[in-house]
Amino acid sequence: MKGNEAIARAMIASGTDGYFGYPITPQSEVMETLMAEKPWETTGMVVLQAESELASINMVYGGAATGKKVATSSSSPGISLMCEGLTYIAGAEIPCVVMNAMRGGPGLGTIQPAQSDYFQSTKGGGHGDYQLYVMAPASVQEMYDFVFDAWDIAFKYRNPVLILTDGAIGQCMEKCYTRDYIPRWTEEERRQHAPWGCWGKPATRDHNIITSLELESSRQEVFNQKLQKKYAQMKEEDVRYEMLNCEDADYVFVAYGTSSRICMKSMELARAKGLKVGLLRPITLFPFPTKQVAELAKKVKGMLCVEMSAGQMIEDVKLAANCQIPIEHYGRFGGIIPTPEEVLEALEEKIIK
Amino acid sequence: MANDIVKPENLVYTKTKVLTDNVMHYCPGCGHGTAHRIIAEVIDEMGIQDKTIGVSPVGCSVMAYNYFDVDFEEAAHGRAPAVATAIKRLNPDSYVFTYQGDGDLAAIGTAETVHAANRGENIVMVFINNGIYGMTGGQMAPTTLVGMKSATTPYGRNVALNGYPLRITEMLATLPGTYYVTRQSVHTPANVRKAKAAIRKAFENQRDKKGLSFVEIVSSCNSGWKMTPVQANKWMEENMFPNYPLGDIKVDGKIAEGITADRLVVSAPLTVVNK
Repeated sequence: MKGNEAIARAMIASGTDGYFGYPITPQSEVMETLMAEKPWETTGMVVLQAESELASINMVYGGAATGKKVATSSSSPGISLMCEGLTYIAGAEIPCVVMNAMRGGPGLGTIQPAQSDYFQSTKGGGHGDYQLYVMAPASVQEMYDFVFDAWDIAFKYRNPVLILTDGAIGQCMEKCYTRDYIPRWTEEERRQHAPWGCWGKPATRDHNIITSLELESSRQEVFNQKLQKKYAQMKEEDVRYEMLNCEDADYVFVAYGTSSRICMKSMELARAKGLKVGLLRPITLFPFPTKQVAELAKKVKGMLCVEMSAGQMIEDVKLAANCQIPIEHYGRFGGIIPTPEEVLEALEEKIIK
Repeated sequence: MANDIVKPENLVYTKTKVLTDNVMHYCPGCGHGTAHRIIAEVIDEMGIQDKTIGVSPVGCSVMAYNYFDVDFEEAAHGRAPAVATAIKRLNPDSYVFTYQGDGDLAAIGTAETVHAANRGENIVMVFINNGIYGMTGGQMAPTTLVGMKSATTPYGRNVALNGYPLRITEMLATLPGTYYVTRQSVHTPANVRKAKAAIRKAFENQRDKKGLSFVEIVSSCNSGWKMTPVQANKWMEENMFPNYPLGDIKVDGKIAEGITADRLVVSAPLTVVNK
């Protein structure tokens, strides 16, 4: 199935309560699949087409603040509009899942795939010191599986999870193993998982308030410290990555999502030429596999960061490697996907020399 | 001796239990406190405290959640109708109401307001219209009257420069998704009673799954208008009410009696005020 379809089917299968979206290429199939599947007749999942991305992310805020599993999806320009909502959601500590199928920018840009929203996804996007938990699938199977994982993380941390993919993975068709339906939470389960939620105040508890407002600076600082502690815990407990052929490698590619798929082929070509090349694929972009990069930097002679951007993730790689080895960027952008051959050529020219 | 008369049977006035004991931050003379109270009374009288979820705006009533003893979500500026849409759709047995000011509902949140109304979301929207941005210090609102001075219209609102006051309530009444649209005030006891009846009707409509009920309350902002509370109420009667006439505009899904097409579609000439 298509990557976008996988996301939609995983939402239904993972017991998602609601989806609120707005059409934008290249991910409109998510809502189209949901509307065709009519999950409100089977699982009871609510699906609504909003009037804008501003409205859809605020619908996510409203619904998720009642302790329900609520999701949305969009693509780069739509995510820019959603950044207001995302900072409020992070500031109000509401779990939710958002998918971004990145396309080339800036501005209206192009509808072709890109990876130029790394900064927006991992360094803020909206205002304030907040972080999204960012997962980068590299296959249709991961698009499907990560939705299930995203719910666990979102509720573990009371934090929004961003599944950061691109038009290529959203649009490509691959084999995908589906899972059995996990029933939507019962009323009792919802209250158990979200005792903080706005689901109607019984006489037995105080009213629950969901807000990101705290006018008293000293309390706002304490709240920010709490958020930072949460992000530190993510770095400690929930970093995900994949390493291929790194044991004996002299050089490694660092790449995520579609770029990592290209690099796998480049790595094969390199090995065929007798070059010892490996691949480090960050699966979570925040928290970033900083320790793993730092460890690798002690062993290898150089790294090439391959991104479909002008070079964004490379900043995190360089920070992690701390100037121990040469680290260069190779990227195509504006909707162009590099070929495995040109990536290998870039490794030879920029790193191996 | 005075203590002798403090007996339950002599009680003539008490705070409704759906309001908390927190001291309100609103200015003396402001309509928010009264508007809060009548909503809380309706929730209490209908016995729906445990099913009610409120949504507060950005503006003076941003912290309405501190005063209502019900679950409450605080929305980003203008987004309350979108927030409420999802709460209600995901929790159809709950009672959901938004509480917004003119800047929130009719400027930055116009799209969310119009689309929630047009979808006929089964919620109650309460709209406090005082013709000014109170919290940020008295700037022009979409409902500021022509000629009315504000911090950003220091020489009075000028149509050529600032456009017309937006009568969003009349506009919403023309949409098929709205079931009940009314304009009230809370500046006299008689008006408070009428406004409360309107709020009650709105919540009953939600109970009966009729669609969107919209209650505008024209209110004074004596601080922002730079008047005493009494002066502000008089000025409101003389200037706000001719431009924002009180009464039902749409009842049971039909345009109310006496509401002409001119009121709804062709913008009737708006009076120019001088303040």
